[in-house]
Amino acid sequence: MTKKITITIDGQKIETEEGRNLVTVAQEKGIFIPSLCYYEHIDPPLGTCRVCTCNINGRPGPACMAKTAEGMEVEVYKPELENTRKAIVEMMFSEGNHFCPACEKSGNCDLQHMGYEMGVAHSRFPHLFKDRLIDFNPKRMVIEHNRCVKCRRCVEEVLTDDKKQVFSFQNRGNETVVGIDYVQEAKLSEAQALAAMNICPTGAILVRGKSMAKPFGDRRFDMTSVRKEEPKIFAQMTKGNDSFEKKTIATISLAGCFGCHMSMLDIDLGLLDLIELVDFDKSPLNDIKEFSKNCDIGLIEGGCCNSENIEVLREFRKKCDLLVTVGECAIWGGLPAMRNTIPLGECLEEAYLNCLTCETGEYIIPHGEELPKILDKVYACNEIVEIDYHIPGCPPTANHIWKAVKNLLWGEQFSILYSEFKYD
Amino acid sequence: MGTENNLQPKKRTELLNCLWAFQNQHGYIRDEDVAACSQALGMSQVEIEGVLSFYHFFHRQPAGQFTIYLNNSIISECKGFERVKEAFEKETGATFGGLDPSRQFGLFETACIGLSDQEPACLINFYPFTNLNTLKVKSIIAQLKQGADPADICDEVPDNLRHVPQADKAIYFRPYHPGAALQKLKDFSPESLIEEITRSKISGMGGAFYPTGKKWELCRQQPASPKYIACNADEGEPGTFKDRVIMNALPGLMLEGMIIAGYAVGSAHGIIYLRAEYTWLKPKLDMAIDQFYRMNLLGKNVAGINGFDFDIHIQLGAGSYVCGQETAMLNSMEGKRGEPRTRQFFPTEKGYLGLPTVVNNVETFCAAARALELGADYFLNTGHPDFPGTKVLSISGDCRLPGIYEIEWGTSVKEVLELCQADDPHFIQLSGPSGECISMKEIDRKIMKGDLPCGGSFMIFNKHRDLLDIMMNFTEFFKSESCGVCTPCRAGNFIVQRKLEKIAKGLAYTTDFDDLREWGKIMRMTSRCGLGKAATQSLLMALDKFPDYFNSKVDNQKEGLNKEFDLDRAVAEYERFTN
Repeated sequence: MTKKITITIDGQKIETEEGRNLVTVAQEKGIFIPSLCYYEHIDPPLGTCRVCTCNINGRPGPACMAKTAEGMEVEVYKPELENTRKAIVEMMFSEGNHFCPACEKSGNCDLQHMGYEMGVAHSRFPHLFKDRLIDFNPKRMVIEHNRCVKCRRCVEEVLTDDKKQVFSFQNRGNETVVGIDYVQEAKLSEAQALAAMNICPTGAILVRGKSMAKPFGDRRFDMTSVRKEEPKIFAQMTKGNDSFEKKTIATISLAGCFGCHMSMLDIDLGLLDLIELVDFDKSPLNDIKEFSKNCDIGLIEGGCCNSENIEVLREFRKKCDLLVTVGECAIWGGLPAMRNTIPLGECLEEAYLNCLTCETGEYIIPHGEELPKILDKVYACNEIVEIDYHIPGCPPTANHIWKAVKNLLWGEQFSILYSEFKYD
Repeated sequence: MGTENNLQPKKRTELLNCLWAFQNQHGYIRDEDVAACSQALGMSQVEIEGVLSFYHFFHRQPAGQFTIYLNNSIISECKGFERVKEAFEKETGATFGGLDPSRQFGLFETACIGLSDQEPACLINFYPFTNLNTLKVKSIIAQLKQGADPADICDEVPDNLRHVPQADKAIYFRPYHPGAALQKLKDFSPESLIEEITRSKISGMGGAFYPTGKKWELCRQQPASPKYIACNADEGEPGTFKDRVIMNALPGLMLEGMIIAGYAVGSAHGIIYLRAEYTWLKPKLDMAIDQFYRMNLLGKNVAGINGFDFDIHIQLGAGSYVCGQETAMLNSMEGKRGEPRTRQFFPTEKGYLGLPTVVNNVETFCAAARALELGADYFLNTGHPDFPGTKVLSISGDCRLPGIYEIEWGTSVKEVLELCQADDPHFIQLSGPSGECISMKEIDRKIMKGDLPCGGSFMIFNKHRDLLDIMMNFTEFFKSESCGVCTPCRAGNFIVQRKLEKIAKGLAYTTDFDDLREWGKIMRMTSRCGLGKAATQSLLMALDKFPDYFNSKVDNQKEGLNKEFDLDRAVAEYERFTN
């Protein structure tokens, strides 16, 4: 018979039994403690990701490692702790190469889910773009090392019938990767392989032919937060003054696909109201090519992949009071940045010299004075100029963009719904 | 060296030794060696690969007939690392990280090898070569090419013992007679022995200062058996070399300490976890162990105490700083990756193989042996009234007399600087990169728990040393020595390094320093073990203590631009391809 005890989480008294896992106990009482590597039946818990850091009896520590004890005092929602947990998630995004729009697990990914719950609009850390392998050698699986967050679930959980490890950490430090044993992997049954894919919190373990699950909107983390109260994202983004004088907006698409601009147009009839409130200066929406004056706000789509992007972005910084990156590409490089782990030379050769569609005799890399020069990698906008705000999504929804813009221009209070905050 | 069959491990705990044997035989670990280990232990190959790739002295590719590990610690850097590195590359024809075309020489960088008082230094086939310069490198390589054996031409490593407290205050470096402490053992029961150790106020000299008597008592109370005594001889903190000198000068004292601990807690097994960098010290330790067996100070009925049996063996590490952390060391001893364990249990409860284990540092065991030999009262009469005892410091860097100093706790930084004749100190890094950064304003502070606790490393830097270079060296060290398990340490050190590169270019804004402070704090709050928690400590201290220096690195012309971006450099590759 386990002992009944009382613990306190954020001032709330909770009756439970002694020696239980803190994350689980909190969850049962409707208190969400973010966690990633924690997987209920792995005991002892892994304690690798550190996303569940809380104050436990006054000291910071991972909640997944804490066992309930009489009088335990836990602080979860304190600004410093929230910021810390958010930073850990941002670190994971910066360390790996997480291209959500191109990922099979998008919408069912625990890392992405944590990003949504915490309102991670961009990473405060520079993206490292470390070159990582995609391993197609295993018989049944594909291992996407770009997406691995080294949570260790697979190392502990995925064993063959004769209890041999299929996965194991290799190397150490920032070179650490999860290695897979091809011989052991081949012994796994289809069901075991699927289980491996399912315990992976990201899209690092894929089973061939089984990776796409459900359409957008129906996936696990698409529509609703697991928290009782939906997180209020962007409520802090107040900068503008409250006078409703007419404002000027400029927009540009750099290394992007114009998808974000299409999304801006998606406010439909709302555009008619907007025209009363703002003028558009330089923008592809009205085809004005040059700035005619200083603008209140500049919306940037796309990152910087060539010298012209750099010039344009620097001009926007000069002419606009506020610069906002719109969409994944502008925020950290996005899909075009997939080339960042490949040397530029190889990209150019592949695209212009060795490509199947090259016409005979046309084997040159385009260059000339009138052409912009291609940069060594795709840069996020904030690597080039200071950026004031970030609106994530691929593309962000129209609502998200305009709520944020209205807030910036007129200080209008607003919040973004969980279902409007997306990376894909 | 036995036949192939003898090399196969029978137990997981033999894995590291077995990998060493394969590597010593072939110069690297071959695919068939991995397969053999996997077969013998019933483990998957990926798990074996996981273990061996954790340790930087294990090679999966040929590493040369002569494998040269040049120390790249900050002290080495200050003393001419770059020139020596160039000399090695020129003389051998190899580049660092690889082999020369004839595969005779393999050049590799490695973290501190415990020879900071005689840098630059390297290990060639694990034999020490010290005080290197261009000429010396030339001569070493010439001799090796002519067929010399590194064992014959390596340097005699002096202890450089520079200072010992006056006669009735010295604890470690005083005349030693083998068995002097153990003779007294029969006068004590385990309880009264622990009482005596507790009374002498000995605490863990590795830097954590956990009371030794209390640790032993906790282990003694555990019902599980067998119990183990583990000696941490993996001093990896850059700038530390005190254990090297203690083991060279007083190997018996350390053994006695372990035996005493065994008696106190009821253990019959002692293991010395010796860092691979000190492989050259192993024959000395083996000799001391043999001598102890001959003197009946090890084996059955030790020191004439009926029923008290004690054996000691040495486990060699394979290159990993984090294995100095006690739970990482236990994992390594078990033949696993040297990742620190989660803090669910103290080693005294579940240590080596999940059994109660006392883990103490070399110096702590020596102190315990002396406590028995000299009595607790002697101890209480030394050091500071609040913190009795002495401490062995490893002093290196910009001073005339680098070496070993036994000082009493409570000695001020200033007194130490005078002893070692540091003429022009600018700042001091105490307890290594994970310790504290001390400015000249603080030299009256005392080295002791409660003021400036110190694990043993004392590195002195003069005005000509660039603070940022030093911090970047530390960050690189932590980045590559992190075990890679937790996010903040694995990714954090990498990220901090990028930021420091930006500052070094003179393109930082004051906000970049705010970022570093915030990020460092996050790493401290969330890392899994001490490595990640301490990794940014020196950097944050330096930011606070040397604001003028860091402000000189700031670009105040912000202009809304991120000036680190250099367009010319970014398009250089494209232009190379199109012109």
